[in-house]
Amino acid sequence: MENILEVKDLTVNFGTFAGDVQAVRGVSFDLHKGETLAIVGETGSGKSVTTKAIMGLLDSNAKVASGTIMFEGQDLLKASAHEMATVNGNSIAEIIQDPMTSLDPTMTIGKQVSEPLRIHKSMSKEKAIARTKEVLELVGIQNAAARMKDYPHQFSGGQRQRIVIAMALVNYPKILIADEPTTALDVTIQAQILNLMTELQQKIDTSIIFITHDLGVVAGMADRVAVMYAGKIIEVGTVDEIFYDPKHPYTWGLINSMPTLDTKADRLYAIPGTPPDLLDPPKGDAFAPRNAYALKIDTQQAPPFFPVTATHAAATWLLHPAAPTVTPPPEIVRRQAIYQQMIAKGFDQPNNPAVKLNTPATDQ
Amino acid sequence: MADEKMQLPKDAFEPLQATEQLNSERIAAPSLTFLQDAWRRLKKNKAAVISLWVLVVIIILAVGSIWFSPRNPNAQNAAYANLPPKIGGGFWGFDGKANIAGAVVDAYKQAGVPKGTYYILGTDYLGRDLLSRILFGTRISLLVAFVATFFDLVIGVAYGMISGWYGGRVDTIMQRVLEVISSVPNLVVVILMIVVFKPGIFSISMAIAITGWITMARLIRAQTLKMKDQEFILAARTLGESTRKIALKHLLPNLSSTIIIQLMFTIPTAIFFEAFLSFIGIGISAPNASLGTLLNDGYKTFRFLPYQMWYPAAVLSIIMIAFNLLADGLRDAFDPRTRG
Amino acid sequence: MRKYILKRVLYMLLTLFLIATITFFLMKLLPGTPYQNQDKMSASQIHMMNVQYGLNKPVWQQYLIYIFGMVHGNLGISFQFSSQPVSYLIATRIGPSLQLGIQAMIVGSILGILLGAIAAIRKNTWADTLATLLAILGMSIPNFVFAVLLQYILGFKLKLFPIALWDNFSSSILPTIALAMMPLAETARFMRTEMIDVLNSDYIMLARAKGLTQAGVVWHHALRNSLIPVITLAGPLAVNLMTGSMVVENIFSIPGIGEQFVKSITTNDYPTIMGVTMVYSLMLVVVILIVDILYGIIDPRIRLSGSEVNA
Ligand SMILES: Nc1ncnc2c1ncn2[C@@H]1O[C@H](COP(=O)(O)OP(=O)(O)OP(=O)(O)O)[C@@H](O)[C@H]1O
Ligand SMILES: [Mg+2]
Repeated sequence: MENILEVKDLTVNFGTFAGDVQAVRGVSFDLHKGETLAIVGETGSGKSVTTKAIMGLLDSNAKVASGTIMFEGQDLLKASAHEMATVNGNSIAEIIQDPMTSLDPTMTIGKQVSEPLRIHKSMSKEKAIARTKEVLELVGIQNAAARMKDYPHQFSGGQRQRIVIAMALVNYPKILIADEPTTALDVTIQAQILNLMTELQQKIDTSIIFITHDLGVVAGMADRVAVMYAGKIIEVGTVDEIFYDPKHPYTWGLINSMPTLDTKADRLYAIPGTPPDLLDPPKGDAFAPRNAYALKIDTQQAPPFFPVTATHAAATWLLHPAAPTVTPPPEIVRRQAIYQQMIAKGFDQPNNPAVKLNTPATDQ
Repeated sequence: MADEKMQLPKDAFEPLQATEQLNSERIAAPSLTFLQDAWRRLKKNKAAVISLWVLVVIIILAVGSIWFSPRNPNAQNAAYANLPPKIGGGFWGFDGKANIAGAVVDAYKQAGVPKGTYYILGTDYLGRDLLSRILFGTRISLLVAFVATFFDLVIGVAYGMISGWYGGRVDTIMQRVLEVISSVPNLVVVILMIVVFKPGIFSISMAIAITGWITMARLIRAQTLKMKDQEFILAARTLGESTRKIALKHLLPNLSSTIIIQLMFTIPTAIFFEAFLSFIGIGISAPNASLGTLLNDGYKTFRFLPYQMWYPAAVLSIIMIAFNLLADGLRDAFDPRTRG
Repeated sequence: MRKYILKRVLYMLLTLFLIATITFFLMKLLPGTPYQNQDKMSASQIHMMNVQYGLNKPVWQQYLIYIFGMVHGNLGISFQFSSQPVSYLIATRIGPSLQLGIQAMIVGSILGILLGAIAAIRKNTWADTLATLLAILGMSIPNFVFAVLLQYILGFKLKLFPIALWDNFSSSILPTIALAMMPLAETARFMRTEMIDVLNSDYIMLARAKGLTQAGVVWHHALRNSLIPVITLAGPLAVNLMTGSMVVENIFSIPGIGEQFVKSITTNDYPTIMGVTMVYSLMLVVVILIVDILYGIIDPRIRLSGSEVNA
């Protein structure tokens, strides 16, 4: 499978009054052509920083300590602001969390949606208007021609997020980064927006990096999932592998805390403790202090990636041959059992049988 | 794989004890109270710290001069009128030399000042010691500013809290009143007050306070509105605490940062107004002096004896700059969000 | 929108009426008669003067006469200045004041906006520090100190400008600079804060993600969004200029209403004090009204919903 984007060993620190915040600590992943890669993790785990590094939009106090981000033969981390400006909004586009604040309140939405066209394509005005109208219709804005003259405050939250999506898609980008695009919306609208995104992905054939802290959303959207914790990717695999055969205790916790149809609200599980202080992250496995399955070595040495399958790898010492065998939480055991049955029935990788992963582990 | 090359201790793969695990969780940054935190941030702001020290020194000097004034600020000595600044034997700028009709002369010799007597900042047209007068004037200016600010505080905080707390009709009426008052240029109000109640330390302070409390009232009202529905207030209400007690015990402490910041902006405004009024001749009257009256006196002769204006002007400007820098620093310290 | 403006205008008239009433009765509180050489006048002379100025009538009649006259643009007769009508005095003197005020407003706000914008864009660099320093100086150094400083150095010592004269444009330069300092400082500070806020907002981030360069982001999105709130400064700045004009006109001997006001205060010329107070209030209320309307025109959120802004 062809990679459209390759992130290797990305490390980003932020200089602050209190010291350096190690927001992203050696993240590597690939984005395949046409796939949706979900990046999941708690708040503060470095998801947004990773995407901002890709787009060259890191805050001014950021220091990229190491890494490469290869896109179309170019290292985006080495690109000048000017070069980034030709990539952004053209081949890589972004949607962010809060549709209420992501549109300029003083500019008509027609102008805002057509702005990427104006910047990147030398297109006649009429053509640009026609294209804008077309894209707005595509994302489901009724009466698009007339509404192009309206201002953001005249639209509802869901409509605004559709507009933001239109703005991102107007140049048919090769990569779409969606940073929690539905978090600020209510549940029914969330579903609509997610459906819209899947639909559009097929229409314009783009690859999506889908950021969320909600595993529940991932199942219907993504082909592959990368789980982030404290600035690192700790497990990566296909949706089925992550959902039915997770290996990292943190992923177990995430899945455990997902509400299912038969969990009662009062029994909802939450991972104990809080994420580590990134000003001074723990020496070994950053998750160890919250991990009921932690080993001694976790406090001394960060675990490397252990491959599970060609597409699945996890950074936990539990996968080391010398590690004791542990029994995961019951929900995970139940899921693993289902997975075994599926494989036995020959549904190997039912979602996307063609996926062949290049996990960070195999790079080492 | 990479791990195969690693040297791992034998017991590395033993499960971790529960106690060991929790340790690292407990190591959290010691939580500071809000005020300590603000103070720590303020201390990082060099300009604000220097300003604070400058103000402390100026206030100590101004107050201390009640007892330790170099000379009596009101003692006149016509023979020693308009002596330029001189320190000790004299050096550049402080050598007691005056430029009279193009020729440099030793003004002290001409006036027959005995050797060893000198006026650090010179004397004014009545032969009064300028340094003593500046100290005296600074004291009055600060006094006016503090009295005005005090009334500002009382009126503004009470008005804002009442308006915000009771809301509804009371609030609407009180806000309309504010709007009307703020449609009159504040200086006009100050001047009308002074025309009506003859100038004096108290009337000037009152006049300045009467226009100054409006911003305070608006800020306090907005904060009170926001706070009144918060849990700690609701809790106090359900416990049946009296409104006055809630206001004093719960609201006021939470309004303190707003109040402190606003006060720091009010003081220089009051100092400015006093100086302004005195400068146009309707401020503090003799024998009292303020920085404004000194400026007014100095301005009359400033083309020929500029030092008589520059020294009070410099002191006034330094006080203003210091207060503004300190206020800026405090605002940033209390509200790190706005830090630029 | 029309209804909104109408409401604001009515409200403005009510405010002015209240101000006139309060001013009138404040003046009536003053003890004694307002004649300068009162001691030398006989009782009958004072009575004659009172009759001439209408001061012998009951207070409520005087009040009605005053308000009625004011509606017709008659602000009474000056006690000083050879008994000219106050409205005439003001009419002849408002020109220089307006010219200075408008010049200072233009210079101050344009430079302030530029300075504030540069400080925000180049946040935490030497340009920012310099701009912040300038703003603090502008806010702290009283305008009369600044005026005297300019007069002394540029006028008296270097003889680049006339010291105290009012004839051509060059004589208005120093007073304009002196007056413009405070508006400049205030605008710069306000603009900086607004612009930093805007530059940190999501829509600016997204505009960058669209491929706009820094200059493009500032020009197409940040400037307009941070300029809109700056308009609300016009009210406070107008007040500031009125205050400033009183001293600056005095220092540079400019025949404006500020100088007139100070003169009438020191000579207890009550009709003139009241008249100028009314003119100042009128100007302020009009500026606030214009700001409200402008805000409505420029900000689509208000233009289209017709809701109020509290300036
Ligand atoms: N400009 C900055 N200066 C200092 N620290 C920063 C800065 N930007 C981000 N961080 C820190 O980097 C870490 C990662 O932030 P990031 O925004 O990537 O989290 P996230 O995974 O996107 O979380 P969320 O789900 O809340 O969006 C956080 O600890 C955050 O505080
Ligand atoms: Mg984020």
